[in-house]
Amino acid sequence: MASELHVETLALREQFDTASQQKNASTLGMWIFLITEIMFFGGMFLAYTAYRSWYPNVFGAASRTLNATIGAINTAVLLCSSFTMVLAVRAGQLGKRKAIMIFLSLTMLLGLAFLGIKGYEWWEKFQEHHVPGPSFHMEGTPLQGQAQLFFSLYFAMTGLHALHMVIGVGVMSVLLLQAYRGKYSAEYYTPIDVGGLYWHFVDIIWIYLFPLLYLIDRHGPKP
Amino acid sequence: MITAAVEEREHYLNASYGIKSWLLTKDHKRIALLYLATITFFFFIGGIFATLIRIELLTPKGDLVSSDTYNKLFTMHGVIMVFFFLIPSVPATLGNFFIPMMIGARDLAFPRINLLSWYLLVIGGLFAIFAMVAGGVDTGWTFYTPYSTSYSNTWVIATALGIIVAGFSSILTGLNFIVTVHTMRAPGMTWFRLPLFVWANYATALIQVLGTPVLAITLVLVFCERMFHIGIFDPALGGDPVLFQHLFWFYSHPAVYIMVLPGMGILSELVSVYSRKRVFGYGFVAFSSVAIAVLGFLVWGHHLFVSGQSLYAGMVFSFLSYFVAIPSAIKVFNWTATLYKGSISYATPMLYAFGFIGLFTIGGLTGLFVAALGIDVHVTDTYFVIAHFHYIMVGGTIMAYLGGLHYWWPKMTGRMYPEGGAKLSALVIFLGFNLTFFPQFILGYLGMPRRYHAYPDEFQVLHVLSTAGASVLAVGYLIPAIYFIWSLRYGAVAGANPWKATGLEWQTPSPPPPHNFEETPVVTHEAYDYSATIGEAVQVG
Repeated sequence: MASELHVETLALREQFDTASQQKNASTLGMWIFLITEIMFFGGMFLAYTAYRSWYPNVFGAASRTLNATIGAINTAVLLCSSFTMVLAVRAGQLGKRKAIMIFLSLTMLLGLAFLGIKGYEWWEKFQEHHVPGPSFHMEGTPLQGQAQLFFSLYFAMTGLHALHMVIGVGVMSVLLLQAYRGKYSAEYYTPIDVGGLYWHFVDIIWIYLFPLLYLIDRHGPKP
Repeated sequence: MITAAVEEREHYLNASYGIKSWLLTKDHKRIALLYLATITFFFFIGGIFATLIRIELLTPKGDLVSSDTYNKLFTMHGVIMVFFFLIPSVPATLGNFFIPMMIGARDLAFPRINLLSWYLLVIGGLFAIFAMVAGGVDTGWTFYTPYSTSYSNTWVIATALGIIVAGFSSILTGLNFIVTVHTMRAPGMTWFRLPLFVWANYATALIQVLGTPVLAITLVLVFCERMFHIGIFDPALGGDPVLFQHLFWFYSHPAVYIMVLPGMGILSELVSVYSRKRVFGYGFVAFSSVAIAVLGFLVWGHHLFVSGQSLYAGMVFSFLSYFVAIPSAIKVFNWTATLYKGSISYATPMLYAFGFIGLFTIGGLTGLFVAALGIDVHVTDTYFVIAHFHYIMVGGTIMAYLGGLHYWWPKMTGRMYPEGGAKLSALVIFLGFNLTFFPQFILGYLGMPRRYHAYPDEFQVLHVLSTAGASVLAVGYLIPAIYFIWSLRYGAVAGANPWKATGLEWQTPSPPPPHNFEETPVVTHEAYDYSATIGEAVQVG
């Protein structure tokens, strides 16, 4: 107990009076940061929505070229990672150092698995000439510009999401290191909590990206 | 003797010495001074571009610079002044310094993020300065596509990156303020005892947090479009340049309120303290800040009246734009009502406050002209618009900023500025400002378009007047720069509360101790309760 109290005092920064004040500030700070992230992604969601409503046919056809099975598998992987993240936070609340480390590692591995699968999907796009640029070509439509627009947005949105995943994996590795050093206890696990909020947020962005990009108008005519 | 005592006492300036103690500081007061130095630098850089613009416009022929150079001059004037001076101006300096002090906190909630945000502004500024030195950028500060993405052969990407990075600085400042106001208030400091400066900066922070990310993603898309030609704003591929304008103004119209709201917060402080009366209708003034922040997000379309937006959308945005006038007018009326039967003193900050009220009113009322669909079609992209937003940005924000800087200078430095010189410069700035920008209303109404460096002969008289005014204005801005520096050494020692003000920032010595207060204050009064300070003065004296 004594050592935990020591950790507790070390973790309280000088501008705060109490540990609960510090925790409230950290949590609120992360929520506000996530709001800025929603606005950040929001610009792209808006652009996608506008173009999808202007060019429904080409966007539908382009959307159907995406591999929904792989997308679904990746969604499952990400949902599992959110589950292990919750378990890590729970382990933090209980102050179980080993459990924290196990669940953080699992979260990280699932995140890396997501990125690997995503990378495979992008590689497929290269093979199919679905990457915007001079060699872009999508079968079955004369409107190559609009088709390319879909893939521009696809790469911009999934790319930005993947960047957030990479940052998330980085955050997990820092948390893991700190957990290994024994920084966290039942009294002080705010970074895990706040890191978890970020992780879930990135997960939720994907939960929106997946149906928007892959599933709308899935059963229309194949190109 | 008093001087010796002041120098011996430990305060935030003498707590540690050396470059490192500044560049690695986590003290919000020192970071505020870092910001102050940085934005003053950018202000004078932007001012140099403005000077060159005004000299060019002395004569109807484009004889000083080529049209290409002129395009770069007004672009870089706009970019520097908007993103590197006006947006950080009041929040990052005075807000950074005084929000924690006003709510009785030792620091902001996230001191390291606060320092990071200063570094981001500097890095963003370096990108922008690199772009300028390397050859400039000529798209206008608005970066309209497809010119910025497909045609301009200038340093668009470097400038856009600079703005994105500076944008994150602004986001982090806003985030820090929101969390600080929510979680760090001293015992007894309820929301309705907060000084109105805090309310105004809180509302500003909401806009920073909600708006700036949209600018960031928009510029990221411009960046991608220019680098990889991905088609999002390119009509050749089915993209829509007007979508860029929607996204850009979704941030950049609210950004106008990022620039002016904190100034309005300063005004509430100044008008109250120099008329020795509580602010008339505190709740209305507080909520009008929030109302401006909210309404500001619903009016961006009035920048697209002539961009091919549908007439119906234009009418809706025109209608909504009028609503912003309501909270703005509430503020102006409540400040004037505060003056009524007040014990008014004409100290320099109050002169700036009077300047603000008059100039902001003109700027605001002409804003109603340009919000009206029919009139806007006539005056859009003319000097009328230029004059309108300079009345808000320069006549409003910079007046308030200078007023606030004079008001809090004794607290920040422990020294008084010289009152005579300060009053003179306030007068010079007011006269110079009006001489610069009032002729531009007439120019615009007569049809002088913005962004042209050559013009018909009949406009010359008004342009000469404007340039003459700009010279006066430049002198007006240089005087404070000189006497503020002078006062650091030779100014009279200020004492803790030279204005007999009520805010918590005045209840601690000047300059403040490293952690602001010797002990955490307990608040028992509403803001602007002058009976309390009079009581204390009677007790002491």
